[in-house]
Amino acid sequence: MCGNQKHAVDLLIPTLGVVTGIRTDTADVKTFRVNGVDGGVCFAHMPGQCAMLSIPGVGEAMFSITSSPTNTGYMEFSIKKCGSLTDWLHQMEVGQQIAIRGPYGNAFPVETALRGKDLLFIAGGIGLAPLRSVINYVRHYRGHYGAVDIVYGARSKGDLVDYEEIKNEWSTSEGIQVHLTIDRPQVGWNGHVGFVPDYVKALGFGPHRTALVCGPPVMIKFVLASLLEMGFAKTQVYTTLELRMKCGIGKCGRCNIGSKYVCKDGPVFRCDELDHLPDEY
Amino acid sequence: MLKLSVSRIPELLAAIGGARALFLPARSGGQVNFTRWDTGVEYCGEALNTVKSAKDFFFPQSENLLTFQTQGKSISITPGGVPEEPFVIFGARPCDVRAMDILDMVFLSDPQDSFYKARRESGVVVAMACNAPEETCFCGSFGIDAADPPGDVAAWIVGDTLYWDAKTEKGEALTGELSALFSQADGGDLAALKTHKEEIASILERLPLSDLRPQSVGGSLLELFSSEKWGELSQACLGCGACTFVCPTCQCYDIQDFNTGHGVQRFRCWDSCMYSDFTMMAHGNPRTSRLERFRQRFMHKLVYFPENNGGQYSCVGCGRCVSKCPVSLNITKVIKAFGVKENVR
Repeated sequence: MCGNQKHAVDLLIPTLGVVTGIRTDTADVKTFRVNGVDGGVCFAHMPGQCAMLSIPGVGEAMFSITSSPTNTGYMEFSIKKCGSLTDWLHQMEVGQQIAIRGPYGNAFPVETALRGKDLLFIAGGIGLAPLRSVINYVRHYRGHYGAVDIVYGARSKGDLVDYEEIKNEWSTSEGIQVHLTIDRPQVGWNGHVGFVPDYVKALGFGPHRTALVCGPPVMIKFVLASLLEMGFAKTQVYTTLELRMKCGIGKCGRCNIGSKYVCKDGPVFRCDELDHLPDEY
Repeated sequence: MLKLSVSRIPELLAAIGGARALFLPARSGGQVNFTRWDTGVEYCGEALNTVKSAKDFFFPQSENLLTFQTQGKSISITPGGVPEEPFVIFGARPCDVRAMDILDMVFLSDPQDSFYKARRESGVVVAMACNAPEETCFCGSFGIDAADPPGDVAAWIVGDTLYWDAKTEKGEALTGELSALFSQADGGDLAALKTHKEEIASILERLPLSDLRPQSVGGSLLELFSSEKWGELSQACLGCGACTFVCPTCQCYDIQDFNTGHGVQRFRCWDSCMYSDFTMMAHGNPRTSRLERFRQRFMHKLVYFPENNGGQYSCVGCGRCVSKCPVSLNITKVIKAFGVKENVR
């Protein structure tokens, strides 16, 4: 069909961002700082929300926004190299423009259910990325929340994302306890060694806490088992799910679990909500 | 109610198609499909349904979303255009027209898809009642009346008379342009039309799938999902995806980039949940087996979609999947397999 054309203003059309900083976190994770072409952030978001990043001709994929919305100077994305688009992103240099659209999905209930609560963050590997946004939000509005404990594990010391920020900023924040663990003993590591679900149990948190869990699916599964054993109710535990997405607005049909779309009804789910969904994630 | 002699249908089509794009069922290469009208293109009213549905005109099989130009580290984005050109779909069957309402629930719910919306606004649908519903038809199971078509204009062909009834503002505007062609139907015409509708109703009653009731599907979402019946039901499925491509309500899509050599086009195209890479991610695939993909398609149409859309099933009983599946699997077998007698009215 031809004829007069008008430009579509559609949510599927991205805007432009520019990479203004690249930090190498681990052997396969880099954190990219992204600004709008005129500076600032490309759009406002809440902790837990995601954005579609794309490179022309390479593809588009959904990534969690790891920076806190309280940081209005730029956005950050911690990205693990694990496919064709992420390979390309890892080869980028500062100054590279990228296509970006969002924000997508719900967010952790930082202004409602989490307000005034004692929080327990549990992360594994790159799973720290979405939780980092919440942690820095909570640090910014410190008075709005109770005690904060962060349990973070990775395969080795070199696989801990954001290690400098954890060591220099989180560990020194008032009322925040950081508990790091790695899977196997390693020369130069004096901290805890062991898997996250066991470490959570060993640390013995009181079941009055609200837990936010993010990491590999198998870790989430065993952490949830640990928490239930410790007396936590599923209504006190939040996690995020990840499925393939194309549109980000609940229409392309591929990220559904039952009647829910992870891109718009998630990615954040309270664990009792998962009981009503088919086990297809 | 207006009327026109069937022998003057070519004049009617010329009057519509002369002023704007007109698409109508026409025979070509042994198939009947919606074809752009031009001199010599004849309306094929005897075929019940086109091979491909009319969803193409609002949600095309492939469309350009935007074009990228890159230079060094810089990118420019030119959003794709949406045609503003008005067009008419003539002769869509009631099932296909209802399917548009179902697609509306997807694409016009917040946030709206502006590409779809622009086409929906510029298209006028003239729906044609089904003179001879076929044995693969089961639109009645979804509350569609093949004798009383929805659409901007409802039309019937009874003997050598075409009846025409504008139902919406868009339909009335089109009718206004064509008024010189029509005459007013009289009492005798209305009686003939009533008899015609009764004849259609009696055919519908006698169809082999007339007693199919999607409401009979019994059990909660999780019970149905974990049923052992999916194993046997999906065993023969080839995963070819033909059912999804001929389906007027299937709306899953993919977004891909194509490097033209002078720019990258980002296009949207139909996709199918029957394909293994549909849900494939770098870290794995939540639906690795044919059973899981088969189950997804029917759970979506019969359980997930109604749950999100006030009980509306994502099926209109057009019968295309019944006639096109190479191994004779289709939604009617699924409904029957999960049907519970007590749930039938």
